[in-house]
Amino acid sequence: MNKKQRIMLIRIALSAVLMIALNFIPVEGVLRFILYLIPYFIVGYDILLKAIKGIFHGQVLDECFLMAVATVGAIALALYEKSGDYTEAIAVMLFYQVGELFQSYAVGKSRKNITELMDIRPDYANLEKDGEIEKVDPDDVGIGSIIVVQPGEKVPIDGVVISGESSLNTAALTGESMPRSVHEGDEIISGSINMTGVLRIQTIKEFGESTVSKILDLVENASSRKSKSEDFISKFARIYTPAVCISALALALVPPLVSIIIGLAPGWENWIYRALTFLVISCPCALVISIPLSFFAGIGGASNAGVLVKGSNYLETLSKTKIVVFDKTGTLTKGVFEVNGIHHGTIPDEKIIEYAALAECASPHPISKSLQQAYGGIIDRSRVEDIKEISGNGVTAKVDGHSIACGNDKLMKAIGVEAIPCHSVGTIIHLAIDGAYAGHIVISDVVKPNSTNSIKALKAAGIQKVVMLTGDSHKVADKVAASLGIDAVYSELLPSDKVDKVEQLLMAKPPKAMLAFVGDGINDAPVLRRADIGIAMGAMGSDAAIEAADIVLMDDDPIKISKAIKISKKCLRIVYENIVLAIGIKLICLALGAVGLASMWLAIFADVGVMIIAVLNAIRALFVKKL
Amino acid sequence: MKKTYNIEVDCANCANKMEAAACKTAGVKDCTVNFMMQRMTVEFEDGVDRNSVMENVRSNCKKVESDAEVFI
Repeated sequence: MNKKQRIMLIRIALSAVLMIALNFIPVEGVLRFILYLIPYFIVGYDILLKAIKGIFHGQVLDECFLMAVATVGAIALALYEKSGDYTEAIAVMLFYQVGELFQSYAVGKSRKNITELMDIRPDYANLEKDGEIEKVDPDDVGIGSIIVVQPGEKVPIDGVVISGESSLNTAALTGESMPRSVHEGDEIISGSINMTGVLRIQTIKEFGESTVSKILDLVENASSRKSKSEDFISKFARIYTPAVCISALALALVPPLVSIIIGLAPGWENWIYRALTFLVISCPCALVISIPLSFFAGIGGASNAGVLVKGSNYLETLSKTKIVVFDKTGTLTKGVFEVNGIHHGTIPDEKIIEYAALAECASPHPISKSLQQAYGGIIDRSRVEDIKEISGNGVTAKVDGHSIACGNDKLMKAIGVEAIPCHSVGTIIHLAIDGAYAGHIVISDVVKPNSTNSIKALKAAGIQKVVMLTGDSHKVADKVAASLGIDAVYSELLPSDKVDKVEQLLMAKPPKAMLAFVGDGINDAPVLRRADIGIAMGAMGSDAAIEAADIVLMDDDPIKISKAIKISKKCLRIVYENIVLAIGIKLICLALGAVGLASMWLAIFADVGVMIIAVLNAIRALFVKKL
Repeated sequence: MKKTYNIEVDCANCANKMEAAACKTAGVKDCTVNFMMQRMTVEFEDGVDRNSVMENVRSNCKKVESDAEVFI
């Protein structure tokens, strides 16, 4: 509780005690009136002042004005009727202030909680300078500086470990609870927490360009992009308050005047009382506060689960997603090529890999990288000589004195070796040693372990159609799609074809169903932009993807997509609940007030009570762990 | 040219009103008030003096909500 709130609490308590005490003091007439004014002014002087100021600034129909008119009106009525019942006016003011206090406390508290969840901002960096360690502002650390991260500290800037071993907690960044172990030479991203050992890190980026700054920037700006629901509420509030004020005025004037005209008693007190009740009910607080708060909590909860949503509007669109389009490589598959099998070998498999890796040692092609990875050992280049690269087909070389040919079936044909065709899907590397066929190696992209479950989870979360786009061959694409349970596949696409395909899908879908595109952030920025919702995964390194995407998954686990959809649905459900609850109860109470069935007390519930319920409901959007 | 300022405002409706008031200020192209982060992002029109525009934004905000503060 801050100072302002504490003062308010004291004022409320003082005024409440005085009001109750006055009930037991038998005074009448002017003295009673003056005595009751004391608690009234204690609790409400600022509202009255604000109302007066508002009138001078042309802000006639705001909440303070409503409360001022309602309470002053109630006191005036009590004077007019000589009932001496001033309690009602004080109570209205009192409860209004209690509501405001609760709102400011609850909102402040949840704001703090949510920002704390997202608080990955490092306060300092331990800069190593001439063998001494100095604590400096992360902004002052240049690229290439050496920083030291102690156990328990946050990694302030992206960098490479130059000495030390440790495990890092990346939960705040990726939502992944398994610690990641790092060694010398590993690249680490800022925002993760060092858990066990001391790390010396050479920075590779400035603080402003580091992962942690980018994420903070993204999350902090997220709630500035307003959703349709929020816009609706702002517009609603803008029309609603004046409308209620005018209705209240009409309620106070029209029925009595009509009564006079048709010759009945006007009953002024009765109608003015109803009009005042009307004013108390009308406060738009509950609505105006609970909707942005729900979105804020939803975005906070999502970012805690490793899903960065760039704005409330995207959360809203995501909840309406019915079609998910995947760019295969990097999302459903790992996007790295691995040796998946060795067939028809005339010599041991390890030997085949060894010869292939050695023959391909000079090639920068991803295929040769995966061969070298599969070999695992150190490539001794002195064993290889006479390397000839036959572009598009493969290589020939002499390894340990044997002449090796390594490449596709065209190469085999060219050197007159009959290759055994392969039934597996992927890239096939044939190997011939000294002019004799030695077998072939299958290299293919590997499906992520979680992909099948992710597609199932998407379907369970209400996605009607899952589409896969890929530049790969029909054969590969169809096999992957069939194994994962994907509804439609479009293969052998160039990057520009992907935009066209997504546009076709956008044209074909019903207007209310939203289409999400999931990419790994490499070469797919145009498609990310074109889709209703662009989701980039595992893209913390790619600025273009973060820029183009609406939602960024911090790790590359596709299961997070269904999680994000579930979070958005929960958040939107809460938003609608609050809209219906707040508007519904208010309208009912307004109707009751108009026909004289609602007292001031019910009016106070309609204002303060509804707001408290709506705020508490909004905070639920933060809890997303179990989704 | 966009710039973000810290603000202090107590209620969400007041934040909406501040947003509307700031948007109407001369020299301001667009403005969003983020109640949750207590921040105001102002997009200025080309070639205006930001500080003098912000002084006007502040006084306009004070008119609609006397408790509000904009930290320039």
